[in-house]
Amino acid sequence: MRRTAKDSQTSSRSLTRRALMLGGAQAAVVAVLGMRMRYLQVEQADQFKLLAEENRINIRLIPPARGQIYDRNGVVIAKNVPSYRINMVREDAGGDVDLVLRRLSALVPIPPDQLERASADLKRLRGDTPVTVADRVSWDDISKVAVNAPALPGVSPEVGLSRHYPRGADFAHVVGRVGPVSDYDLERIEDPDPLLRIPRFQIGKVGVEAEVEEMLRGKAGTKRVEVNASGRVMRELDRREGKAGANVQLTVDHRLQDYVQARLGEQSAAAIVLDCDSGDVLAIASSPSYDPNLFVNGISVADYRALTDNPYRPLVPKSVQGLYPPGSTFKMVTALAALEAGIITPEDTVYCPGHLELSGRKFHCWKRAGHGSVDLMNSLAESCDVYYYDLALKIGIDAISAMAQRLGLGIRHNIPMSSVKAGVTPTRDYKRARFAQDWVVGDTVNASIGQGFVLASPLQLAVMTARLATGRSVSPRLVKSIDGVEQPTGRGEPLGLDPSNLAKLRRAMFAVTNNRNGTAYGSRIIEDTFRMAGKTGTSQVRNITEAERRRGVTRNEDLPWERRDHALFVNFAPADAPRIAVSVVIEHGGGGSAAAAPVARDITLQALYGDTPPLAAYPEKDRSRIKAQQERLQRERQAREDTRDRGRA
Amino acid sequence: MSYLEYTVKYVPTGPRKILYLNWPIALLLLSVGCVGFLMLYSVAGGSLQPWAEPQMKRFAAGFALMLIIAMVPIWFWRNVAALAYAVSVALLFAVELFGEVGMGAQRWIDLGFMRLQPSELAKITLVMLLAAYYDWLPIKKVSHPLWVALPVFFILLPTALVVIQPDLGTSLLLVFAGAAVMFVAGVHWAYFAAVIAAGIGVVVAVFKSRGTSWQLLKDYQYRRIDTFLDPSQDPLNAGYHITQSKIALGSGGWGGKGFMQGTQSRLNFLPEKHTDFIFTTLAEEFGFIGAASLLTLYALIIIFCINTAITNKDRFSALLTIGIAVTFFLFFAVNMLMVMGLAPVVGVPLPLVSYGGSAMLVLLAAFGMMQSAHVHKPR
Repeated sequence: MRRTAKDSQTSSRSLTRRALMLGGAQAAVVAVLGMRMRYLQVEQADQFKLLAEENRINIRLIPPARGQIYDRNGVVIAKNVPSYRINMVREDAGGDVDLVLRRLSALVPIPPDQLERASADLKRLRGDTPVTVADRVSWDDISKVAVNAPALPGVSPEVGLSRHYPRGADFAHVVGRVGPVSDYDLERIEDPDPLLRIPRFQIGKVGVEAEVEEMLRGKAGTKRVEVNASGRVMRELDRREGKAGANVQLTVDHRLQDYVQARLGEQSAAAIVLDCDSGDVLAIASSPSYDPNLFVNGISVADYRALTDNPYRPLVPKSVQGLYPPGSTFKMVTALAALEAGIITPEDTVYCPGHLELSGRKFHCWKRAGHGSVDLMNSLAESCDVYYYDLALKIGIDAISAMAQRLGLGIRHNIPMSSVKAGVTPTRDYKRARFAQDWVVGDTVNASIGQGFVLASPLQLAVMTARLATGRSVSPRLVKSIDGVEQPTGRGEPLGLDPSNLAKLRRAMFAVTNNRNGTAYGSRIIEDTFRMAGKTGTSQVRNITEAERRRGVTRNEDLPWERRDHALFVNFAPADAPRIAVSVVIEHGGGGSAAAAPVARDITLQALYGDTPPLAAYPEKDRSRIKAQQERLQRERQAREDTRDRGRA
Repeated sequence: MSYLEYTVKYVPTGPRKILYLNWPIALLLLSVGCVGFLMLYSVAGGSLQPWAEPQMKRFAAGFALMLIIAMVPIWFWRNVAALAYAVSVALLFAVELFGEVGMGAQRWIDLGFMRLQPSELAKITLVMLLAAYYDWLPIKKVSHPLWVALPVFFILLPTALVVIQPDLGTSLLLVFAGAAVMFVAGVHWAYFAAVIAAGIGVVVAVFKSRGTSWQLLKDYQYRRIDTFLDPSQDPLNAGYHITQSKIALGSGGWGGKGFMQGTQSRLNFLPEKHTDFIFTTLAEEFGFIGAASLLTLYALIIIFCINTAITNKDRFSALLTIGIAVTFFLFFAVNMLMVMGLAPVVGVPLPLVSYGGSAMLVLLAAFGMMQSAHVHKPR
């Protein structure tokens, strides 16, 4: 069929019209495209440029070097040591990962299970992820890897910094330790430093490391790197170095600390030496201790279990965290409270028949036969209990507690150690709040000799002693300087106590260690310039029942360890011009005079001489025994020093 | 029907035909192809491999194919239109039965030397068939319901096969290209109005059906729609493509970051940067000027096509040229709308620029037929 010309013409005209309409529609779409381009590329360009830069540029943190910790003489206690590890990247290994790993393990000893894990990780993880094949590798091994680099594609040695505690267990409780940031740490900290998000970044976990963390950590540096979509770093654009952490100098003398720790040995005990004048903590020991380096490198389950299962609780800093009834070491508080209240004079006497009967209940003196008539001097020297019962009934608990607080008990001393405890100086309100019971006069009687509700830490006892020795409100200072800036001392203001009362009390304390009837006469110092004044304490951790009393009190040594009495001793020396205050607590150690006083004397002499004291300072009959002990401690310390040197090499 | 139907005064013969090609269109196609080589060289990080060189070879082959097809008289292509359509529909059936699954859809048949995507073929053969149909159909019958139903069936048959692959982008292209040919052929506008109204109804139904037992689209298609409507909703997964693509485009700014300096593409933030999203690389590296220039090249191709169509007195030639032009237009328009965040990500390549064999070969072959129509037009 042939189309007519007219037909063709109309159809052609219609087609043209329709085609142009369609073209118009297309033009409209093209216009939309053009406008959209203009909108995105011209109007919104700045915003998108910013987004593209955000995509491309990644800011990476450069961890700062952690501040070091020194003792008062500038000896390093915590430092950073390079730690080497061997990383491997699959992409760069050139195909055969296992071949490279075999070559590597021929050069460097790598445990088989670690090798297997690395091999599995390399195959599993993304190709550009560095996998640590060996950690804490020696310098020799690292050199071998570096020399053989051409044969080990994808293998790279890496240097990081790791914490090391060259003094080992001596400072474990003071300085504490660092460890990798945990989720718990992050939760605890408000608005955490982005540094903490770096995997395996180390922060202080306990002790000074934790308490001065912010100072020690320093400020992170940053580097800007260009990354691709999968996060791989293409190149470094620029970097800004961070600021290393501040160095912290402690007031502790490492030699004294070393000696005290060694002298306490494996007993469950704590001892503190304070500088009376400045409050500087010269030694603060808690035993048994542990090696903090174990934690830095990741402690094994067995080692950790051994520490937590030990009944002597080696992980606990007993010096500040341990709370004990101060026992007779509290008698100075009661005496001073009464003297200051003007109720007694030092010459007033009390008759001790061996017990005090109070509303049908008998409060015994430790000496069943009684001390007879005693004044302040004798009551303290012989540690008569009834004398203090009598004072307590006269002045009441409020005056005793107030005096205890003035002397530094029952308040939290601000030193940067973990779990520093406030202790208890009981009041009526305390008992009501804590036990929902009313205060009875018997509680006052118990408190007068540091039993009952009274609780104090060894640090507090040392502070109390320093305050008695100086009459000033000495506060302990643990940090001497931060980045060379001297920290305020704990010298303190005068307490406003009557000097003559203090002098009488000091003379009584002198009698404890220097009078023939003193409870610590056996632990006296005979070197005249260094004589000490102190007080023994034996605090009960159980109640002695009437029935038991009638049978005759069980001898302490026959009790199971955890029910024996705590042995305490506090002293200051030299007695006439006090330089140091010492407190020693030996958990369940028995009597204060037998267990704690000799330790305190040895520590005192060591501190005053600054070295092993001459035997001449000891009473003649003790000298041979002391000599043996000194030699034994010397050997032990030397042995520890040797292992340290080996560990560092 | 034969050659004699033309009121032909002069038809070039032999090699002289070359002189009668529509050279502006051929050169425009070549320029667009060169833009493609340049961008593929850039996204490969300044290397001819793995994309630019194969693309050049294929483009050369395609361009030669175009010239060969152009030499063949247009009435031959009209006569084989029905057969070509039948073959492509058969291949669509075949791909449904034996096809390889790629990107979650059955799209190609492996012929050994190349992967054939029958859906690409169908876009052109549908246009050929419709052009031939309306060339054959007396003008008076064009708007008769019966004679409208038949081309609608021709359109819907391959569309249905493509939809079940599933390939939403290509099926929309088929419908729009087919409808465009029908529109230009003179089908009464009321039909289109009715279809548009029905289309709106379908869109509503599609949204309403979501989550019900008679859900009309696959979940991934709904997610694409969600992502399109609000890319920020899912910035790391489905929305990632659109977000990164817009960042690349926008950060190009007025003059671009410079050749091979596009950070978004060089650092792999752009997805499928050598195929569907190649336009973003161009826009990032050459900025608004570069992007608008490419758009201008494309628009010029369309303008020249419409011009040759409306000056061609042969109805088949005119309809075929319009159909091809619309298909080409739909390719770049949908692709650009997609990468600029104005249309959902449907997987339509940028014609002659995106890396890929069958789409480019089929397009150049189609332009060959258009050239044939131009060479052999009644003079």
